[in-house]
Amino acid sequence: MKFNRKPLVVAISTLAVVGFSMAAQADYPEEDITYIIPFDPGGESDVTARFQEPILEEELGVSVNVTHQPGGGGAVAWSQFQNDAEPDGYEIIGVNIPHIIGQPIQRSDAGFETDDWRIVTFFHSTPNALIVPDDSPYETLDDLVEDAKENPESITLGGSGTYSANHLGMLRFEEAADIDLTYIPFTGTGPLKGAIEGNHLSGIFNYTMLGTEMEDEARVLAVASEERVKALPDAPTFKEQGYDIVGGAYRGVAVPKDTPDEVVETLEDAFAKANEEIASKQEPLGFVMEDITGEEVDEVIGQLRDAYGPILEEAAEEEE
Amino acid sequence: MEMLLQALSSVLTLESFLTVLVGVTLGLFIGSLPGLTATMALAVLLPFTFSMEALQGLIALGAVYMGSIYGGAFTAILINTPGTPSSIATTFDGYPMAKQGRAYEALAGATMASVVGGVVGVIFLLLLAPPLARLAVAFGPAEMFWVAMLGLTLVASLSSGSLLKGLLAGCIGMMLSTIGVSPVGGETRFTFGYPPLQGGIELIVALIGLFVIPELLTMAAEGRGAIPSGGELRKRELSIGRIARQVFGRPANLIRSCLIGQLVAIIPGAGGNVTSLVAYNEARRFSKDPKSFGKGNLEGVVASESSNNVMVAGSMIPLLTLGIPGAPPDAIILGVLLLHGLRPGLDLFTETGVLTNGFILSMGLAALMLLPIGLLGGRIIHRAVIRTPYYFLVPSIAMVTILGTFALRNSIVDVGIMLILGTAGYFLRLIGIHAAPIVLGLILGGIAEQGYVQTMLAAVADPVPWLRLLQNPLSKILAGLVLVGAATALIPIWLERSGRLARVDQEPNAPGDQKEET
Repeated sequence: MKFNRKPLVVAISTLAVVGFSMAAQADYPEEDITYIIPFDPGGESDVTARFQEPILEEELGVSVNVTHQPGGGGAVAWSQFQNDAEPDGYEIIGVNIPHIIGQPIQRSDAGFETDDWRIVTFFHSTPNALIVPDDSPYETLDDLVEDAKENPESITLGGSGTYSANHLGMLRFEEAADIDLTYIPFTGTGPLKGAIEGNHLSGIFNYTMLGTEMEDEARVLAVASEERVKALPDAPTFKEQGYDIVGGAYRGVAVPKDTPDEVVETLEDAFAKANEEIASKQEPLGFVMEDITGEEVDEVIGQLRDAYGPILEEAAEEEE
Repeated sequence: MEMLLQALSSVLTLESFLTVLVGVTLGLFIGSLPGLTATMALAVLLPFTFSMEALQGLIALGAVYMGSIYGGAFTAILINTPGTPSSIATTFDGYPMAKQGRAYEALAGATMASVVGGVVGVIFLLLLAPPLARLAVAFGPAEMFWVAMLGLTLVASLSSGSLLKGLLAGCIGMMLSTIGVSPVGGETRFTFGYPPLQGGIELIVALIGLFVIPELLTMAAEGRGAIPSGGELRKRELSIGRIARQVFGRPANLIRSCLIGQLVAIIPGAGGNVTSLVAYNEARRFSKDPKSFGKGNLEGVVASESSNNVMVAGSMIPLLTLGIPGAPPDAIILGVLLLHGLRPGLDLFTETGVLTNGFILSMGLAALMLLPIGLLGGRIIHRAVIRTPYYFLVPSIAMVTILGTFALRNSIVDVGIMLILGTAGYFLRLIGIHAAPIVLGLILGGIAEQGYVQTMLAAVADPVPWLRLLQNPLSKILAGLVLVGAATALIPIWLERSGRLARVDQEPNAPGDQKEET
């Protein structure tokens, strides 16, 4: 008698696949997780991921491998991730605001969409800060505004990137104070330090971290946060000085849009735990720890999109 | 002083010794594989340093850094492929030497030069960090523009033979540098709607493509290895002593290259990639016999390798004093410092001086360690490359190259770009357009663009914005150097042309004159 094995094989493998995928959902994670950093090693995103790595491994019980895929201010990795990553939680990727909001508006071929993420959490933020060198004539924010009114465009402020958190923050400040400043984009914070030390700029519009790092050589005139940040207790906020400007960069992790809720929750918990343990190392550097998850994510993105969108669209139109 | 002694005692332990030994050896092998750069070597090592004490972790990173920069010389000499961008200039004379069967002489010379360079860099760092750091920050956007221009004058001297072809190669490189998101302004350029091109052409990818692939294709096309094998070689091998006499016999070259290495290393952003090219260029300019460069002159190898190893400790000056990474691998060391709660600044030399000085001294130890490891490792790698038949060598190098390119940014697109550039590079080489000026254009194109645009932006309120480029004393000096550099590169070519004509005229005359006398 001839026994046809084919249907049986198909049946067994189907069962196996169904069984495995159910198991995968029940006991996520079972395999190693790849944590993609869309920037160069040595930057803030990378250093944070290195801090998180051992704690995530302990919490999740599997290896977490940090890999780098830099290029295009993050867009290279983000576009590839949205096209290729499986929604199973075994590939996670670092995401930054305002990059993921700004790039798709500004570039016609960024290759990814702001809304096509399932953002697990934003784990910290770095508020913008306006910093001037120690020997600067500006003692307070008012001095700077006054001078800017008399000499429009002659005050040069350096920041990291174009239409980045720094740039957008400065544009908002210009609008709020009704002044004209000149923004000069640099690639990253390293060269900014040199530019301010060498007196090539009037000041910098960068993050709070640079303010703490340059404590001895520079003055922080204003910080764009709701309350004063722990690492810079003497630096006043923009709000205190009458300008309603809160903003900066948020860093977090995302997975593909259709990732199951249980997987996202597991990751959320692991990242929250990691945050708790590394706060003592990161807060003194000027980071503000956050735990923005679920609906709050949409709220934050919506808020910032409203704040930055018009500026970005105006700029994009001008270029065309 | 007491602090230095304390630091010295913390470095002279068995543990530190072993860390340095392992680090240097590891770095050497990673650096000698095309595609695996010093930056990558450090990134791979990074997680391991977390479990170590701050000092041991830093020692390990310093040793790997030192080893990998030196390791780049091996492939540069043996297969005409710079393992890291900083050994591009080593290929110019190292590879011709290898072709003449003098590979070991070149390797040993490179080793000695690297040791000297490494140690000199450490001495500069220990003694002159604060004043050099002040010089480093004097380089603002306008100065960077002139530095890039100065670098571009090297094109004339890199284009052995035809100036026109050299300039053409430089232009190709600068055009390649415009692909991707622009450094100022953030527009995407020349991506043709293909998102992965937003990342532009990574320097290392171009470097591997333009150097390795043409070399492999040449080997395959000619059906032989690049270096003469066994017997022929042993006859020509010099003793270590003779090589040492050659290296140290003319100290002017060593001293000049070390000084250049140090000066270029502190310029943030230009740093490592161009030091060896500048030093090589100057070695040739000041040589009594500039014509022998590019044809297997040990001095060329010495200039390149001593200057790039000065850079290792030299680029730590802006890093440790100001937190400005002078070369890409420094960014990782900065990350580690911050991770251990160490903030760059003068406090690093006072409050945590024992740790900092210990780290610096360990780099000196790593440099010294290069001597035994390099001479021994050099012999082993050299033998391996010579004894492996080319039909094994070509595919295995191709394999490593492709893996290395992919690993750089985990990008298969980079592998494609590398292969396309490599194939193009092979044909360009056939018509006399060489890789070095293309790569130089790629490195400097971005620096020049950024410096120029930033300066123009800052000058938006000035009546004549262009004057901003010459506002500072340093930018005036640099602009002057550009003029001098261009003149000294162009005038000899012009003179040679007219001089050669004169000589051609003279030569038939001279015998004629003699005839008249007789």
